[in-house]
Amino acid sequence: MSARFRIVALALAGTIVLGACGTKKTTSSATTAATAASCTPATLHTLSKGTLTVATDKPAYPPYFENNDPKNGKGFESAVAYAIAAKLGYPPAQVKWVTEPFDSSYAPGPKTFDFDVNEISITPVRAKAVDFSAPYFQAPQAVVVAKGSKYVNATSLADLKGALIGVQIGTTSLAAVNASIKPTKQPRVFNNSNDVVTALKEHLVDAVVVDLPTAFYLTAAQVPTAKIAGQFSAPGGDRWGALLAKNSPLTSCVTRAIGQLRASGELGQITNRWMGGASAPQLS
Amino acid sequence: MTAVLELRGVTKSYGEREVLRGIDLIVDENKALALIGASGSGKSTMLRCIDLLEEIDDGDVLLDGEVITDPSVNPISIRRRLGLVFQQFNLFPNMTVVENVALAPRRAHREPHQEALAHARELLARFGLADREQDYPDRLSGGQQQRVAIVRALATRPRALLLDEVTSALDPELVGEVLDVVRELKYEGMTMVIATHEMGFAREVADEICFLHQGMIVERGRPEEIFGSPQRPETQRFLRRLLEGRRL
Amino acid sequence: MDGRSQRTPAELSGRAASLASDRRAARTAARRAKTRRSIAISTVSTIVVLGGLTALIVTSPGWPTVRETFFSWPAFKESFPDVLRAFWLDVRMFVIVEVIVLVLALGIALCRVTRAPALFPFKLLATVYTDIFRGIPTILVVYLIGFGVPALQLTGVPTDPVVLGCAALSLSYSAYVAEVYRAGIDSVHRSQTAAALSLGLTGGQAMRFVVLPQAVRRVLPPLLNDFISLQKDVALVSIIGPQEAFRVAQIYQGQNFNFTPLVAAAALYIAVTFPLARILDRMQARERRRREAALA
Repeated sequence: MSARFRIVALALAGTIVLGACGTKKTTSSATTAATAASCTPATLHTLSKGTLTVATDKPAYPPYFENNDPKNGKGFESAVAYAIAAKLGYPPAQVKWVTEPFDSSYAPGPKTFDFDVNEISITPVRAKAVDFSAPYFQAPQAVVVAKGSKYVNATSLADLKGALIGVQIGTTSLAAVNASIKPTKQPRVFNNSNDVVTALKEHLVDAVVVDLPTAFYLTAAQVPTAKIAGQFSAPGGDRWGALLAKNSPLTSCVTRAIGQLRASGELGQITNRWMGGASAPQLS
Repeated sequence: MTAVLELRGVTKSYGEREVLRGIDLIVDENKALALIGASGSGKSTMLRCIDLLEEIDDGDVLLDGEVITDPSVNPISIRRRLGLVFQQFNLFPNMTVVENVALAPRRAHREPHQEALAHARELLARFGLADREQDYPDRLSGGQQQRVAIVRALATRPRALLLDEVTSALDPELVGEVLDVVRELKYEGMTMVIATHEMGFAREVADEICFLHQGMIVERGRPEEIFGSPQRPETQRFLRRLLEGRRL
Repeated sequence: MDGRSQRTPAELSGRAASLASDRRAARTAARRAKTRRSIAISTVSTIVVLGGLTALIVTSPGWPTVRETFFSWPAFKESFPDVLRAFWLDVRMFVIVEVIVLVLALGIALCRVTRAPALFPFKLLATVYTDIFRGIPTILVVYLIGFGVPALQLTGVPTDPVVLGCAALSLSYSAYVAEVYRAGIDSVHRSQTAAALSLGLTGGQAMRFVVLPQAVRRVLPPLLNDFISLQKDVALVSIIGPQEAFRVAQIYQGQNFNFTPLVAAAALYIAVTFPLARILDRMQARERRRREAALA
């Protein structure tokens, strides 16, 4: 019995090793220069000709979207998406929205969208798997504490060292917490922002760390008794960009569009309208 | 002669079916009563009723003069004073032979562990099973298992032993060793009620034979009366059929 | 031809013996050759099938990307230490939950099989309990208890998500395991109980010393199966916050857009399940041998 087993096991192992070595194809990187001529509906290789397909997750939260409906053009990312579309020559009628859960937006395989706006932070490691456009927003992190928490008067990051902190998975908040606050208790990581809010409400955690605009919405609408203790910048900052398929031919055009919006001041106006206003004390 | 067991007008039905229809019998101390009759005549049911494994519908069962079928009586304490051996042996497969025998004395009678074990070993040795005491029941032949079952029932020092067709499930060549045990017990004076098909054995060992037919004791008497000159036609028919089947 | 009668009995039996051993040797050799042939055939066909599948996968257009995304060695190296460390939480959780489940489920099963009229309320409660907790998906139970219990804000009730998660898993799995116990208890023939009672044991003693030992032995395979399943389901506790292995793998995944850490976590789960599955196999083989021996 053991001789037979050994032979078959060897055969199996051999096949697996062969497969693991596999073929190593080099992928060519598309570096198409973006010009006015190459970034029009007629020349852009969108999913469906003449239409720009934009994706985001569901539910779509304020202040990035309003009423969970990206189509209404209200909310920061909805506005930015339509502005980018306009610069590329797509009027609102030619913009189609689809829902894409965060995890599948970066999974390998063909995408169901032309680009995805979902408060996604640009990092070099992530850029190996997907394309990012130029950043359209820089988001500091904010600490939100529940009413009556002993951390409500924290003035520095060191004050929060002993806190039990909650973050949402898939955000850069956890890395920011570990790098800047270095808490003694392991942070709790939740599936989505709903659960993060619930955890705060039920005092399952002392504080939550989310990006600043989300923090404003949280304290304004979801947990009014909570308060923002302050903001801080994750090392390397936290810049959001549109996500596209790796080596997408559209990346350079989207980047160009964002550059144009920034130069003309339109991006700043959109930012101020939806994300601006109050700011929080800086935690050092 | 004191009556160890007495049944007065015992009646038992399963739903519509009447199984026991007014049974009267008396078993005196040191006596063996044999129950004979066709399958389904109610022999097993009677023994189960005596051991309070079933509730009777009417009548009384008395043990040493005490009515045990009274609702106020705790059946568990009664069962401790009686021993029942089943046709299918029913040894506990999760224990060794000696543990099977020692279980009830230990748990039901609260004997100390070592004492119960010693007593079990002694009993097993007396009936020639000493070399099997560490085995599990599935390693024993049918005859050996049934002998262990009898020893197990004896370990609780019962007032009377109820034997329910204890050889019917055995291969013919194994029947003898079990009958030897019963013979030995009779010789030692154990009070017994024996339901059996083994007519030759019944004739040899029983002090009284009761012929059970359709839930009633149709004829009873000493073995030589019943086998020699059966009075009732049902008895005669039954015995004749047995003779044809070479069970005599 | 008549030489036979001129040989001594010893010579005759010796000659017969050597003839027999020659035949035996020839038969053994033939059997061995046949076995070698069938091994060769099955090995070759296995290689062909596996090779075919592998070839299909590695020549598919998406393979390089999939390899980089799911089987990246640098990503594995980076995430594995943290995933392994977090796995220790999973191990602690499933040991604790399994012990609780084995005990709790037994209690529930006993309530369900009892015939004592005095225990009827418990029997009803046990039935309702199993119906509810087998009806609700385990992930929902974890959510409901993990977020629902703290919301009640009862003093003295723990809010630690590991505790709540383990409680949720215990409640959910006990319902399934109770049914397994019940099947085992029901499978023990009633004559065993009758024999125990006839010896003067109480119903409880009969259950404890005679029925349960047999019942548990019979359902050891499905019990172990549920245990193996539980080892995986402890990952569900991650949804209420604790960083166990799956969660840590997800954190790396979300951070770096690479799925390799999930593969690393999967490897850990398999490593732990493997020995149990082999024990289960061996147990089932032994049971089958015992059953067949008893029938022989």
